[in-house]
Amino acid sequence: MALLRITSPHTQRAGRKTSWVMLMVIAATVPGLVVQTALFGWGTLVNIMIAIVAALASEALILKLRQRSIAFFLKDYSAVLTAVLLGLALPPSVPWWLTVTAASFAIIFAKQVYGGLGNNPFNPAMVGYAIVLVSFPVPMTQWLGSADLVIAQATLPLTDSLAAILSSAPVIDSYTMATPLDAFKHKESLMSSEAFASIEGLSTANLSNWFYVNMAYLLGGLALLYLRIITWHTPVAFLGALAVMASLFYMVDSSNAATPYFHLTTGAAMFGAFFIATDPVSSCTSNKGKLFYGCGIGVLIYIIRTWGGYPDAIAFAVLLMNFAAPFIDYYSQPRAYGHTKAKKGLKIGDSK
Amino acid sequence: MSDNNLVDDTVETTKTGTDYAEIVYNGIWKNNPALVQLLGLCPLLAVTSTVVNAIGLGLATLVVLVGSNMAVSLIRNYVADAVRLPAFVMIIASFTTCIELLMQAYTYELYQILGIFIPLIVTNCAILGRADAFASRNPILPSALDGFMMGLGFMIILVVLGGMRELVGQGTLFSDMSLLFGDIASDWKWVVFSDYNDVLFAILPPGAFIGLGLLIALKNYWDQKEKARIEAKKEKTAPGSKRVRVTGNVA
Repeated sequence: MALLRITSPHTQRAGRKTSWVMLMVIAATVPGLVVQTALFGWGTLVNIMIAIVAALASEALILKLRQRSIAFFLKDYSAVLTAVLLGLALPPSVPWWLTVTAASFAIIFAKQVYGGLGNNPFNPAMVGYAIVLVSFPVPMTQWLGSADLVIAQATLPLTDSLAAILSSAPVIDSYTMATPLDAFKHKESLMSSEAFASIEGLSTANLSNWFYVNMAYLLGGLALLYLRIITWHTPVAFLGALAVMASLFYMVDSSNAATPYFHLTTGAAMFGAFFIATDPVSSCTSNKGKLFYGCGIGVLIYIIRTWGGYPDAIAFAVLLMNFAAPFIDYYSQPRAYGHTKAKKGLKIGDSK
Repeated sequence: MSDNNLVDDTVETTKTGTDYAEIVYNGIWKNNPALVQLLGLCPLLAVTSTVVNAIGLGLATLVVLVGSNMAVSLIRNYVADAVRLPAFVMIIASFTTCIELLMQAYTYELYQILGIFIPLIVTNCAILGRADAFASRNPILPSALDGFMMGLGFMIILVVLGGMRELVGQGTLFSDMSLLFGDIASDWKWVVFSDYNDVLFAILPPGAFIGLGLLIALKNYWDQKEKARIEAKKEKTAPGSKRVRVTGNVA
């Protein structure tokens, strides 16, 4: 009898190699990338390029130090995917050294130090993002303004973007404004309705820009679902928990809290739900576990957004739940076929 | 503080003819409190954001360690085993209080910066560890030397870590040294990178964890290289065939 000498799982379709999966995820980010570039200028694209170069260079360096095959591991595109996700998450006008720091830190400290792809307990892209967010809060909170407000500058010429990124000079300071989440967080004592009427970052134009970005990522995420690269559990639990939390607090205090719709469509909720939280390495594996994992992220995001120190919280929420993923996996192991459920605790009426 | 059980079984206790070189080597390298025993991590991680903080706390720990080791060694034959730990802690606490008052008198600003971590020297496991593992079993001179070398090993790592974090975090070295050395040190600040963006991460405690991890990795790497070098020197087999009989009746 011929024994199949391949590792499990044996049910995967032919051609579904790591590199294919990674490439498909990269492809699924394209709608989001296009919308972000159209609305916020060329900066995102330039960031991604810088991040890819930095990530591949650090991956190659560490692989060489670890005496592993460089070409083999670079060709699985995992470093490229990390760089792409990072480039999309960073604001479009950050200076180049910030992107390089984030990408190389993500690869070296969050991935290779733990033993490379498959061994990293934390999502490398989010570790890189969190590091630069903690280290350089000022450039990390400056997003570009929306199209309607600064029509002339809306799609910033490529040269201006490059100048801003390469020289770190405040070329485009006047173009920057807060993201809606950031603006809402700093509305101080204003009521929600007043804030939406008066703050620039919460104008209809800016809100609709972020809505388009989120819808583009939703589209990409649905493509990933269709290709069965991810399952529905994590994103649905993630978005569901965030919506439930937001609705709950909106019902209690509608004059100060934001609507669930605002929470789902103005930050990085869709990007996080479909592209970050579903990282197969650092998230939970069983379906039940994924539900708990996604719920945890959604709840944490609401908590950090509302009472924490940062306007958006995808990175921190995902990293915190990455901590918890092995624990959740341990308690959500699916029952093997043919086995009955384990008896737990005291059985009532069976005391003697 | 109960960590003292895990402190080195490698420490040579009451050997006749004390090997002073061994004590020096143990303290600075082989059994370094910060890199090998991983004791006293709390101050190590918390106050090493600049070189001057590191030197300040390192010196304070060094003095307490030497003093407590000497005192413990002096009373080692008069304290019952059952109450030795409280006695040691009392001794360490007294020395710590002395240091605290001295720093308050002479380096008041540094005293304020280091804050709670000066009184917390009492709870530094490295000190109690040395008192229990070495000083309570050895005469005064080796104990004093052991305390000094352990303290020095601890301080070197503190200063290196402080330098790393200051360099990455603020792009300077030896800033504010006047806090410790008075007015002559006021222009010791060396701006390595001018126009530098502060990296908050390196200044915050997580940066210390990563910095310490890198230092430990570096030490292990050196030790491995050294070991490999010695092994390579040892295994110089003489040329010529050496066959081992593997068939037939091997006796």
